[in-house]
Amino acid sequence: MPKDEIANKGGIGASTKRREDLRFLTGKGRYTDDINIRGQLYAHFIRSEVAHGRIISIDASAAEAMPGVAKVFTSADFAQAGSIPCGWQVTDRHGKAMLEPKHPILAEGKVRHVGDPIAVVVAETLDQARDAAEAVVIEIEELPAVMDMKAAVAGGDLVHEELGSNLCFDWGFVEENKAAVEEAFAKAAHVTTLELVNNRLVANPMEPRVAVGDFEEWTGQHTLYTTSQNPHVIRLLMGAFVLSIPEHKLRVVAPDVGGGFGSKIFHYAEEAFVTKAAHILKRPVKWTSTRSEAFVTDAHGRDHVTKIQLALDAQNNFTALRTDTYANMGAYLSTFAPSVPTWLHGTLMAGNYKTPLIYVNVKAVFTNTVPVDAYRGAGRPEATFQLERLVDQAARELGVSPFDLRRQNFIQPDQFPYQTPVAVVYDTGNYQATLDKLVEMADVAGFEARAAESKSRGKLRGFGLAHYIEACGIAPSNLVGQLGARAGLYESASVRVNATGSITVFTGSHSHGQGHETTFAQVVSDMIGIDASQIEIVHGDTSNTPMGMGTYGSRSLAVGGSAMVKATNKIINKAKKIAAHLMEASEADIELKDGVFTVAGTDKSKTWVDVTLAAYVPHNYPLENLEPGLEETAFYDPSNFTYPAGAYGCEVEVDPETGKVEVVAFSAADDFGNVVNPMIVEGQVHGGLAQGIGQALLEHCVYDENGQLLSGSYMDYAMPRADDFPMFQVDHSCATPCTHNPLGVKGCGEAGAIGSPPAVINAVLDALHRGGFTHVTHIDMPASPSRVWAAMQR
Amino acid sequence: MTKVTMTVNGKAVSAETEGRTLLVQFLREGAGLTGTHVGCDTSQCGACTVHVNGQAVKSCTIFAQDVAGAEVRTIEGMAHADGSLNPLQQAFNDCHGLQCGFCTPGMVMASAALLANNPRPTEAEIRHGLEGNICRCTGYHNIVKAVLQASGQTDTQGVAAE
Repeated sequence: MPKDEIANKGGIGASTKRREDLRFLTGKGRYTDDINIRGQLYAHFIRSEVAHGRIISIDASAAEAMPGVAKVFTSADFAQAGSIPCGWQVTDRHGKAMLEPKHPILAEGKVRHVGDPIAVVVAETLDQARDAAEAVVIEIEELPAVMDMKAAVAGGDLVHEELGSNLCFDWGFVEENKAAVEEAFAKAAHVTTLELVNNRLVANPMEPRVAVGDFEEWTGQHTLYTTSQNPHVIRLLMGAFVLSIPEHKLRVVAPDVGGGFGSKIFHYAEEAFVTKAAHILKRPVKWTSTRSEAFVTDAHGRDHVTKIQLALDAQNNFTALRTDTYANMGAYLSTFAPSVPTWLHGTLMAGNYKTPLIYVNVKAVFTNTVPVDAYRGAGRPEATFQLERLVDQAARELGVSPFDLRRQNFIQPDQFPYQTPVAVVYDTGNYQATLDKLVEMADVAGFEARAAESKSRGKLRGFGLAHYIEACGIAPSNLVGQLGARAGLYESASVRVNATGSITVFTGSHSHGQGHETTFAQVVSDMIGIDASQIEIVHGDTSNTPMGMGTYGSRSLAVGGSAMVKATNKIINKAKKIAAHLMEASEADIELKDGVFTVAGTDKSKTWVDVTLAAYVPHNYPLENLEPGLEETAFYDPSNFTYPAGAYGCEVEVDPETGKVEVVAFSAADDFGNVVNPMIVEGQVHGGLAQGIGQALLEHCVYDENGQLLSGSYMDYAMPRADDFPMFQVDHSCATPCTHNPLGVKGCGEAGAIGSPPAVINAVLDALHRGGFTHVTHIDMPASPSRVWAAMQR
Repeated sequence: MTKVTMTVNGKAVSAETEGRTLLVQFLREGAGLTGTHVGCDTSQCGACTVHVNGQAVKSCTIFAQDVAGAEVRTIEGMAHADGSLNPLQQAFNDCHGLQCGFCTPGMVMASAALLANNPRPTEAEIRHGLEGNICRCTGYHNIVKAVLQASGQTDTQGVAAE
């Protein structure tokens, strides 16, 4: 269809402007902190100021007597509550289950990281709660902080004494390949080795977390309003495992959510606290995180220390890969934490390459730091960074082009579906095509001239290439169950067609910036042929949507969109039966196009509204074999992951006087399969690139040896700003549609953050080598001016 | 408690305040205007940016009592009288200059002040001018495009028009 026609129609492929913008641009968005319930109390958390310590005493008597204070809570008030659960169990290389500590709502006996909640003051106003918190006397015996992962595993102090070790698990993948991998390394013509750190990050969605608990005594109904990417998951985890509230008595609402990037997937203590406190006090209780609090309570991301090795034969073919990684879990196991360095990381170590033998070892370690869990990309950025740094290093050691070395080892277009040696099967892809596209977009041919121009200004210019693969829409449920997931990973949707033809779609996916209200409506509009303005997308409330696993892992359209397509197809099938009855024709002859039903080979027709009206006013209706009404629900459980892939090119200028790196150009050639709204897809890539470049050059979550967070505010944690970036060049034309979901989509939310860090660091290395600093083999992220400058000195 | 009155979006608004009550608290809790957001506690993120007597101000950085009697404009006061978007808001919509929407009110207020001071800024001037506002979603690309469009530069530099 011509581009103009697509745009006018507003269906799949149109860059429809976002409907949600209108409320956000006028200050009418409704975020959780905008919700105030009459009679609500305010909660202020008193948190540990030390990383590790024994709680000797808590005296709240003076605070409880202060103005406005309703109650001061400690762990004693939650003696009946369960542990905040971990949603994924990893089995180690010896067949043993991971060590799993208790994670109480409020600290019991010990504090285990700066920010660990000890007590909560609930008062009439927030200021009264804060004032009273200063009168709570807490005595803590400080213990040595467990900070260094290798030392923590070697012995010494324990984060959780009852577990007997700081090693959560020692995972090997694929364990059966280990000996063959060793053998391949022994026979290799060349081995490239890198040791690198994937720096700890803080997700930092701009909306801090908020939770408001409410309880209705006469019905026993609990309601939690929370900043969540997946309200149903919170209902499941909190209701079933922590507070023992059955689903029908617990409603979780996530209204407009101001960004998440993974950090709002997880069930947090504050959610359980306000829900239970509202029940105990019989009044609504509200908690709003400050940004400082967010830094010490929101789950952090990344924090891997890795040694990786690549074996090559004499013709530069990759013959084997092995990695040893220490992955920081922090003080407790956050919801999906164990899955991140294992199944979301090890399964991606083949990258875009046909390396036949791979062995991944991951030691997950408890430390006295904030729990670490999924952050945009979750395991896949860690895998991609190691691999793409390593391939570049191998090319440099061998004196071959990093483009050629990659092309030679790429899985070729005719090899799909491709079974990797790390369990997954890539359904489609064309890596040569994305790399070709990148070479064109980034004007690689003109690079030398640009480098010469930079040199004339005293700057070192470098080009960095990275190719990535990711696995999105994590599935299917029966497989992830075998891998340790304690939940299914399907999605549901209900499509309610109203009597006058308008449609309300209830989806278990949730938007925290991705524009689902616009794109999901485009899909249904396209399928039925009515205007998208007649379609409303509803999400974020467990009381009106059957079930939902939520939004993460770039799964919304691939999984949630597929459920919606399935439900819409059920609608169309039933509507055709009604149309057939109205036109006295055979159902098999009914066609639906542009919102009109016709009978093939005749001039008979009925409009969409004729049929929907008949469904609800069934005066002329096949009541003997069809129920009235037009509403359908579908669950969709994918048969495989989806595998977006792409080629990224970064061009930097390094100032040799200061070590400052400037990204002067960035090009991204992505294969996302089919695309519903190109404008939104490109926006997702821009945002991902900013986070990936931020990781590579700016962002760094730093603890000192005592477990104090040194980068605990925007004064110390370098958030990327508008003047840190150039305009990005993005393209998604090299599409190989997914073969196993009905829309042929792959997911686009995380790609930018996955592919860009190695491209940036490869570019910095290239610039330094061109400048004669050939001794530099690696610079850890963030490549800050001090690190780059220090690397140049020797 | 001290009663403070100021003009917000053309209407007189009064609320009881303590000395420590911030302007953003006055607006969100006193005036019930929740479009102005709080994204940090160190005056870094700019989500709370409003106009005080025509100047862009981070409303988490100023006490309500210090701006008694001032003319304050918030995001709720930016659209046309008939409710339609003003050209800057429209440009954010046209260019997909927002995703989660949380930084957006501050970004629009900061951009409006930027354009008031510099009606035809270059891309570099826009990036520098918005350095006090953090967006975690867009990578700033489409925000810069929106400000260029709002300043009538849709056909220059080959970026806003693409």
